[in-house]
Amino acid sequence: MAIPRFWRETPSRYNLFASKCGNCGEVHFPPRFVCPSCHRKSIGRMESIKLCGTGKILSYSVVHDAPEDFEMQKPYIIAIIEMKDGVRLTAPIIDCDEPDIGIGTEVEATFRKLGEEGKAGVIHYGYKFRRMNRTPPEK
Amino acid sequence: MDVGIVSYGAYVPRWRITPVEIGRVWGTDGEAISRGLNVKSKSVPSPDEDVITMSVEAARNLMRRCKVDPKDIGAIYVGSESHPYAVKPTATIVAEAIEAAPDLTAADYEFACKAGTAAIQTCMGLVASNMMKYGMAIGTDTSQGAPGDALEYSASAGGAAFLIGTADIAARINETYSFTTDTPDFWRREGEMYPRHGGRFTGEPAYFKHVLTCGKNLMEIAGTSPEDYDYVVFHQPNGKFPLRAAKMLGFGKEQTTTGLLSPMIGNTYSAAVLLGLASILDVSKPGDRILAVAYGSGAGSDAFDITVTEQITELRKDPFLLVSNMISGGKYLDYATYAKFRGKITLAEGSR
Repeated sequence: MAIPRFWRETPSRYNLFASKCGNCGEVHFPPRFVCPSCHRKSIGRMESIKLCGTGKILSYSVVHDAPEDFEMQKPYIIAIIEMKDGVRLTAPIIDCDEPDIGIGTEVEATFRKLGEEGKAGVIHYGYKFRRMNRTPPEK
Repeated sequence: MDVGIVSYGAYVPRWRITPVEIGRVWGTDGEAISRGLNVKSKSVPSPDEDVITMSVEAARNLMRRCKVDPKDIGAIYVGSESHPYAVKPTATIVAEAIEAAPDLTAADYEFACKAGTAAIQTCMGLVASNMMKYGMAIGTDTSQGAPGDALEYSASAGGAAFLIGTADIAARINETYSFTTDTPDFWRREGEMYPRHGGRFTGEPAYFKHVLTCGKNLMEIAGTSPEDYDYVVFHQPNGKFPLRAAKMLGFGKEQTTTGLLSPMIGNTYSAAVLLGLASILDVSKPGDRILAVAYGSGAGSDAFDITVTEQITELRKDPFLLVSNMISGGKYLDYATYAKFRGKITLAEGSR
């Protein structure tokens, strides 16, 4: 991925910044400039919000045939996570094995290496999720 | 003006390997090495973990304990000898990831295993001179020993972050003192993957000379003696050196046990003394006094005389953040998986 493209996504990849429509209140992740439901009514009314970082597994799969960047980590778990803020996102579940999780398992965001552009290239970082095993943050 | 620790956070990766397993591969008596070093297992980072991710985890754990606004942090310094980039500061990514950017100064430090404590001293000066409200000092490493080298049995991974300030102090730093000489006991040349060391030369003229002199001189400055301290923590390249240093300075076993983590997680380099200090802060009572002495090859020592305050109880509400929680429940690897995780296997072009 080109450096500027990844760099532009830093707020959402590092800190789960999403967008909220000022017209209908819908939350989008990754953030959008225009609400897909309200269209032009949302222009200029999109607000940047930070997701709370916790959610639960809605569905998951174990990847055995991994893309090149993830060869060293296979088999790994990839899940659709429903965040407490209502939005859904897809992310790897780390630091656990398949028997440790299931649909409904509570998870929290963590910070990991996502990939690198070769040995001499830039390193990309961002969110992955792990099983929730600490006191949930106050909301 | 009082200066001290406002909050702290630790991070230890989930994976472990034993010296016995490493010895099995290299045809050495791993059990004897384990006994000799007093290291039963060492922590290993995942393939997607490095100094940047572990520094962010430690910094976020620090922020979870307190109610400090990240925008009030005026400096972030990350000490490590395994920064993923030779040029591009780890501290910039940490600052962004905890939302402290952009109104702050940030830099990476390097002084073998004591770069994190050097960062604490810098932050002390900055907050005491009122240049900023808070400074964050981090010590993290994912150091490696060359395959089969003595270092491989203990070189591990971990990180710890400390927020230094002048208000709401949970542990007051009464005094700090450093002792520095030119001693080539351990080094890594630019571009080299693994460090080199002077074998037995790393003991008496290096670790012990600096740690003992620094600890002794600090106690002289503070007007204290070993019996004034409830806890003592030294740099811990293995589980044996810090116990011997403690005994030589006149400390008892009960003062050293809490801060001694290397028997369980190995030598976390820049994080070693800081994780030990975090482990002590996890259990200490208001009024307890702590002596912490770091050591960095090259060589130098930083010592701190610390008194815990009433505020400490405010920082311990989440059991997940305790060092003991991070150390327990590690998952053990065989050497082949460890070698894959640590990039010790030569792969075809394009594979990673």
